[in-house]
Amino acid sequence: MLDADFFRRWMTATAASVDREAERLTALDSPIGDADHGSNLQRGFHAVTAVLEKEAPATPGAVLILAGRQLISTVGGASGPLYGTLLRRTGKALGDDAEVSEGQFAEAFRAGVDAVMALGGAAPGDKTMIDALVPAVDALGDGFGAARAAAEEGALATTPLQARKGRASYLGERSIGHQDPGATSSSLLVAALAEANGE
Amino acid sequence: MSDGKLVGIVLVSHSAAVAASVAELAKGLAGGGVDVPVAPAGGTEGGGFGTSSELIAAAAASVDRGAGVAVLTDLGSAVLTVKALLAEGDELPDGTRLVDAPFVEGAIAAVVTASTGADLAAVEAAAAEAYTYRKV
Repeated sequence: MLDADFFRRWMTATAASVDREAERLTALDSPIGDADHGSNLQRGFHAVTAVLEKEAPATPGAVLILAGRQLISTVGGASGPLYGTLLRRTGKALGDDAEVSEGQFAEAFRAGVDAVMALGGAAPGDKTMIDALVPAVDALGDGFGAARAAAEEGALATTPLQARKGRASYLGERSIGHQDPGATSSSLLVAALAEANGE
Repeated sequence: MSDGKLVGIVLVSHSAAVAASVAELAKGLAGGGVDVPVAPAGGTEGGGFGTSSELIAAAAASVDRGAGVAVLTDLGSAVLTVKALLAEGDELPDGTRLVDAPFVEGAIAAVVTASTGADLAAVEAAAAEAYTYRKV
């Protein structure tokens, strides 16, 4: 079973991973974006770990709702509302239980990913975070390690795609040949799940 | 009409200067007489380019007169932030609506319409109709 502490560890591990990879995320965001993805997410996840420490929410749902709200307030770019909606909707779907099963989490996370697709209008293959998140959700039934592998594979597979959403879509064919920064940061988020689970 | 209460207008841009200038332009073109509540929410709190949910929430609260608030945005994170606030949160006043309209032309149409005492639906329709005005 997964308790509030597991979800706090997930957010802390994501923040640490975003710190380690911030330069790479910003570098990926330079040719096809506005070169702020790493620093935006760093600011957001630092704020998330700070607010979780301060308010110490007691349930898995409350941890993710607070984290999502914090991302929407602090990121300043499109990844704020997108990741914020992902976590907040996942948290709402988890309800008030003090502990949730991996199956409950998988179902809630799917609701979160669906909300991100509804918000941004992106579908698989559009060269966005969805290309890492959807394979991860589909693999969650086989455990966090399988989800991590699926997300990493999904992020790598964005390289030959032409962007159809967001700022990169204005570049048309010139967006081809670059790995999508949003799919890359999504794979970090999913990898941090396995890390929080001690895998 | 809405009991003499005016619809509030919030203008969200990635740039503080763009949001403030469009607000000034729209109010200027609306003419004197009625003082429509219009508030810009541009850029990040630190003054950079981007979107701030706090500035948006503060702007919406400041123009809320009880007749609803029409929010116009430029693109990208401005649109997504307003949508996320409307879909999931309680940060915006009741009766706040994201209006699908071109930013400058829509803002002018919205402010002029609001100055007549029109309700939120009429303000929204006027702003959205700005899409149909062809220049060539």
